[in-house]
Amino acid sequence: MIELFPVILFYAFAAILIGAGAAVIVARNPVHAALFLVLAFFSGASLWMMLEAEFLAISLVLVYVGAVMVLFLFVVMMLDINLDRLREGFWRYFPIGGLVATLMVAELVLASTSRRFTTLGAGAAAAPANYSNTRELGMLLYTTYLYPFELAAVILLVAIVAAIALTLRRRSNTKYQNPAEQVRVKRQDRVRMVDIARGETTTD
Amino acid sequence: MAESQTLFDLLWQVLHHPLVWNLLKIVLIVLPMLGSVAYLTLAERKVIGYMQVRVGPNRVGPLGLLQPIADALKLITKEIVVPSDANSVLFILAPVMIIMPAMAAWAVVPFTPELVLANVDAGLLYIMAITSMGVYGVVVAGWASNSKYAFLGAMRSAAQIVAYEIAMGFALVGVLVMSHSLNLVDIVKAQESPLGILQWNIVPLFPLFLVYLISGVAETNRAPFDVAEGESEIVAGFHVEYSGMTFAVFFLAEYANMILVAALTSLMFLGGWLSPLPVIPFTTIPLLPSGLFWLLAKTGFILFLFLWFRATFPRYRYDQIMRLGWKVFIPIALVWLLVVATLMQAPLRQLPLINIWFH
Repeated sequence: MIELFPVILFYAFAAILIGAGAAVIVARNPVHAALFLVLAFFSGASLWMMLEAEFLAISLVLVYVGAVMVLFLFVVMMLDINLDRLREGFWRYFPIGGLVATLMVAELVLASTSRRFTTLGAGAAAAPANYSNTRELGMLLYTTYLYPFELAAVILLVAIVAAIALTLRRRSNTKYQNPAEQVRVKRQDRVRMVDIARGETTTD
Repeated sequence: MAESQTLFDLLWQVLHHPLVWNLLKIVLIVLPMLGSVAYLTLAERKVIGYMQVRVGPNRVGPLGLLQPIADALKLITKEIVVPSDANSVLFILAPVMIIMPAMAAWAVVPFTPELVLANVDAGLLYIMAITSMGVYGVVVAGWASNSKYAFLGAMRSAAQIVAYEIAMGFALVGVLVMSHSLNLVDIVKAQESPLGILQWNIVPLFPLFLVYLISGVAETNRAPFDVAEGESEIVAGFHVEYSGMTFAVFFLAEYANMILVAALTSLMFLGGWLSPLPVIPFTTIPLLPSGLFWLLAKTGFILFLFLWFRATFPRYRYDQIMRLGWKVFIPIALVWLLVVATLMQAPLRQLPLINIWFH
């Protein structure tokens, strides 16, 4: 009974993952497709969680579901996508796409049924009760793999700077604000008291 | 007699099945939470009422105490109108998507060291991941409504929530550095000492506390950062097309999120269930015991701040919100993170005063 529960969970998450993955490419509406991709990420994270890789699972949700897909959805909603033009060549490319997909499935089945591919279940059970996946991952990243990790961080930083530099442009007719100046403003900068005698008018 | 005995045994066994037992615990967290949400709406109207020299709701029941129930009954009996050409599936799904994370985050929130549904090691990460999913409800609601006002509200909200999440995340990194743990129970335990209030994270991490609290107000779309529903510009923002119970669910989610942010602020910066004065200063005589009461009092105080802000500040302009998030809070959080990391290093952390927090 207890042993059966994780198996049921695994197949449920896997079925949702495959279903959502298929729906991403089949869905007629791009917003639906993006939301199905979110579901696929979430199911994938659940599967990782079952492997006790909780740090990776939560990072997947935090980064892809929480940030990347929100911006993706943001863009997809604002674009006016012509679905008919997108689907034009669907049947023409279907045979070659289907062939690639079938080959990939066949390769996966061959690889996973070979004798060299042992299941993880036996190894994972050996972990002690106070084993922290997050701590182990951090230890490895900041000791053994420190330089590759820092290198990856620098490359990402360069990519961020490059992306901003490519899209940054200064238009001559844009009005910029200086918040410091706005905060420092005093009454006498804005208000001018005038004495108006009866019957007289001011020039402004 | 024997038959009733076996029936009782059976009931006992069913109750102790992990699935049933956990479901029961979830109900025991969610029901008081929903009750607090209902009475928070009343508290808000009362507090703002008195701040504006009014009385607030006082007609339904004694002192208006039955007002939330009357409101709930009204909303339940109202018709749910789905706009023509709206995407009806996503339109109904959006409120569900917004309230789910607001509830699910409570799974790892500890009330006392023992009273916690799931005492997981990656609790802080879990909270950050789950709460970051709340934005989908807002975005999907805005898009599925097929209305320009709703869409504008959703766009504003999405940009705002993503921006402030980063500042919030950095503030939490400071907490994580201080307590060497992602486990919420351990985070509170790291703030425990005879010094009481001096040992809480709010003292060494005061700038991060401010960043977290203000970002929490922005994350929950509360005034003065409520441009997502700015009544005067886009009528009510992302939930303008919603009526009846679907509208009520958005409301519930907003208040549930407020309570969550308040509880997390109390746990991470204000010492959770710890007492501010556990012993009489410079002695070992016990004074005020720690307990659940302190967590509730601190959460209540932060919630009062939320209401106070709403009654006090005018709404921010949208570009000012973005500037505050990106150009003020993120640099403050980053700089303070560096300060904390430096103070933790060997020669500095042994200096008097500094060694109170870094040992």
